[in-house]
Amino acid sequence: MNLESYFPLLVLLTSLLTGISIFFLDEKRSALRILLNISGSAAMFAFVIFMLWGVFHGHNYETRWSLLPGINIALRADSMAILFATLSAFLWLITSIYAIGYLEITPHRNRFFGFFSLSVSATMGIALANNLFTFFIFYEILTLTTYPLVVHQGTEKALRAGRIYIMYTFCGGAVLLIGIVWLYTLTGPFDFVEGGALRRFGEERRVALVVIFFLMILGVGVKSALVPLHGWLPTAMIAPAPVSALLHAVAVVKAGAFGIVRIVYDVYGIRFAEELNVLGPLAVLASVTIIYGSCRALYQVNLKRLLAFSTISQVSYIALGVAIVGPLATTGGLVHLIHQGIMKITLFFCAGNLSKTLHIHDINQMNGVAWRMPLTMTAFTITSLGMIGVPPLAGFVTKWYLGIGAVQANQQWVIAVLAVSSLLNAIYFLPIIYVSWFKKYEENQPEEHISGKLETRWTLLLPPLITAFLSLAAGLLAASNLSPLGWAKLIVRREYLP
Amino acid sequence: MDETTVLIVWVILLPFVGAMVAFILGPRKAPIVTIITSYCIISVVAALTWQVWKYGPQRHDVGGWVAPLGIALYADGLTVLMLIMSIVVGTLVSVYALGYFTDSSISSETGKANHRSKSSFFWVLWLFLWAALNALFLSQDIFNIYITLELLTLAAVALITLEGESEAITAAIRYLLTSLVGAALFLFGVAILYANFGTLELEGLGELVQTGSLSVVAIALITMGLLLKTALFPMHFWLPPAHSNALTPVSSLLSALVIKGSFYVLLRLWFQVFPLEVTMVAGHLIGCLAAAAILWGSLAAMCQKRLKILVAYSTVAQVGYLFLLFPLAAKETHGLGAWNGAIYQTISHACAKAAMFMVVGNIIRAIGHDRIKDMKGVCQQLPVSMFAFALAGLTIMGMPPSGGFAAKWMLITTSIQSGQWWWAVILLAGGLLAAGYIFSVLKYAFIKTEIVNVPLRPVPRCMEWAPLILSLLALLIGFTPMPLDLLRIGNPFPDAVTMEVVK
Repeated sequence: MNLESYFPLLVLLTSLLTGISIFFLDEKRSALRILLNISGSAAMFAFVIFMLWGVFHGHNYETRWSLLPGINIALRADSMAILFATLSAFLWLITSIYAIGYLEITPHRNRFFGFFSLSVSATMGIALANNLFTFFIFYEILTLTTYPLVVHQGTEKALRAGRIYIMYTFCGGAVLLIGIVWLYTLTGPFDFVEGGALRRFGEERRVALVVIFFLMILGVGVKSALVPLHGWLPTAMIAPAPVSALLHAVAVVKAGAFGIVRIVYDVYGIRFAEELNVLGPLAVLASVTIIYGSCRALYQVNLKRLLAFSTISQVSYIALGVAIVGPLATTGGLVHLIHQGIMKITLFFCAGNLSKTLHIHDINQMNGVAWRMPLTMTAFTITSLGMIGVPPLAGFVTKWYLGIGAVQANQQWVIAVLAVSSLLNAIYFLPIIYVSWFKKYEENQPEEHISGKLETRWTLLLPPLITAFLSLAAGLLAASNLSPLGWAKLIVRREYLP
Repeated sequence: MDETTVLIVWVILLPFVGAMVAFILGPRKAPIVTIITSYCIISVVAALTWQVWKYGPQRHDVGGWVAPLGIALYADGLTVLMLIMSIVVGTLVSVYALGYFTDSSISSETGKANHRSKSSFFWVLWLFLWAALNALFLSQDIFNIYITLELLTLAAVALITLEGESEAITAAIRYLLTSLVGAALFLFGVAILYANFGTLELEGLGELVQTGSLSVVAIALITMGLLLKTALFPMHFWLPPAHSNALTPVSSLLSALVIKGSFYVLLRLWFQVFPLEVTMVAGHLIGCLAAAAILWGSLAAMCQKRLKILVAYSTVAQVGYLFLLFPLAAKETHGLGAWNGAIYQTISHACAKAAMFMVVGNIIRAIGHDRIKDMKGVCQQLPVSMFAFALAGLTIMGMPPSGGFAAKWMLITTSIQSGQWWWAVILLAGGLLAAGYIFSVLKYAFIKTEIVNVPLRPVPRCMEWAPLILSLLALLIGFTPMPLDLLRIGNPFPDAVTMEVVK
């Protein structure tokens, strides 16, 4: 038995066991809980980095066992999986630190951190899944493990948000299941293949394959909040800030987007999908979502709701990049998986800091707040500029690649979408930056007392600073092999070559 | 008589002997007798399983008398799985009942005496029921099946009346009458078959029965009788009151095992005896009833205000999934997938539903009622029970990873393969509706309350852990194809296209 075949399972178990052992802890033993949480997430990060190194050098990490005759659970670290797994592992570590600070002395922390770890396990499962069956299993587990996080506060509003969340995602799951089962009955069980698994199967079933494609896209589209399936996302904003951060940057929304990537590239294959003419509608759907999300964000007063609509818009860049045929657009879409993750999580951390420290929830309360919390607002400013697409930040790299990819694929209309979207991003982000830096600070809000020199607890301050720095670095060092862009290029080489 | 076949007899004899010993030794010793009996049954069934695994289906003519005179017993993969299912559920229900019947909070002397007599009757009747169930699973002739079915019903009715309240007695009598009607129909059908074909033994009947107006009538009567006993919509009316008014361990046994007995008989007859031409048409009719059961049962469960009756209605819905087997297996080539799926559903539902009833029992023990809207703040103090309920809920909803999901996957696959996609839609809709009623309960685990510590009566630890183990088992079935390997031994679809061939 070689150890390499256990590695993906080991990664999953790290957070699973962390979660389970946290459930059994006494609620009062917060030091032990923090220790477990941090060591679990650090261990997972180390494992993932190790696999990243291995995959780069061509190693193969695969765990597989049989559930039903012919139906396997398969976990494999290919380059695409590693892209998502690294993001999840890293942001789990960061968000754990943040959540520890954010939820200090609140009830039910065991439950929170337990399910938090479990949902990271589910995300890892989605990242490492090597066939649709495995993907589906973890996709549903993710729904189940994030539900307790969404309703964590236990208020009537939170429960309502949870109910809506469950309704949307379960219906999506059911549609996805139909698509997968149907596909399996046509082709038999198969694994993801770089360049597309369905190329090997017959072309005679074109109509069925097209219908299945859209069933599956609908299914994952619920989580990635494609319009008109996005309704759950703004209401789920009721959850505590670390949960929103996790939901938006890593777990739920990203899992949906990652599903789209997997279906297009590793199930159908980009060339086959192009032949079936299914990418055009997907591109249109993504574009509509991009514009719609931004337009709705314009009207939001509540900061977190604004960020939610911004997520709806931003995540669809990934779908857009996927839907445009050509290596450059693909690179743009894939790299945005990472870029959107680190930028959006920063924004949510900052929003969380504002509400936790100063009880600021709405934009009109933010006058001059940057002078009260300079570090937080610096992080906010950097990343919102990144979202708009100002060079040399991470968001610019995405938009650049999407733009030239669209030109390469002869689809100039995409440029217009990108331009309009950037404009709208600027319209809703710049006023926030303006009022927070250039208006006078009114000290009439009740403040939470924080001892020490820092503007807030260091556990709340450090995570957004790190991720803001990374979104700067991801843009500045984009040309390096180790940057997200470098890795996305590696994936694209492997997807387009075969 | 060689020893390999004697084992089969012991599977039936042991619980009978246990029941008698428990009755003679009285209420104090009854639990111990039950535990010892369970151990013996476990070892005998383990040996039998090994034999079936190694040598294929086992057959035994009791006392050496060959059919048509003698009693034939038969065990194949399906039988063994059912025996194991009743052991798992039965043993854990026994463990649960140990805690359930030692209620230290009853103070009055009459209350204590009353409680003790309930307890002693429970153990005896439960062992008796177990014997009837094992005999039913092993019977290979249609008249013995009738007798064992009746024994099963009588034991079940007696167990329901243990509760003692007038509601429970009414429900029990209603159940008894319904069951008797079912039994009469069944017996009538059996009589017609015997008059026409001159044998009662399943295998012999299977070879002889041909399509004809008389056999169609017989099949219709038998099927009707069994559907009544299994509570398929619209013949489910007796089930919710009967299952929800019984004592908790009894409810678990009824929902998990007793209805599976008549379903098992239907499986045997339908796929081994009845000719295909009849079952094709009738299968689709049953399918429609099954779909109605799934939708109606789930919707009714959603409307309930009391938890126990909600769980009972969920059984009505889940029974519907079992019966989807009949339309799906009507096309012979796809039979095996549907067959496997339905058996998976049978087993995982047994574990999950027993666990759910136990959790309801814990909540009733803790706060004295099961009104859903007054459950705020309770669940936080019974975390193990609530966790068990959630895990069991996964199987009921058919969410991965669970036995219920594996079952659903196989059923949906078969329905699409055989071109009957509408059953797949029903299956998925049922899952979504199930999510509706499961989450309407689960949300109370998260709801915020001002009352921090509701005064609770203590729940013994064995009552908390038994449902957790059961629900974990329901989950673990989804992780291994082992039951399928066992199920392949002696399955009625020898030439069916299996999944591997497709691959």
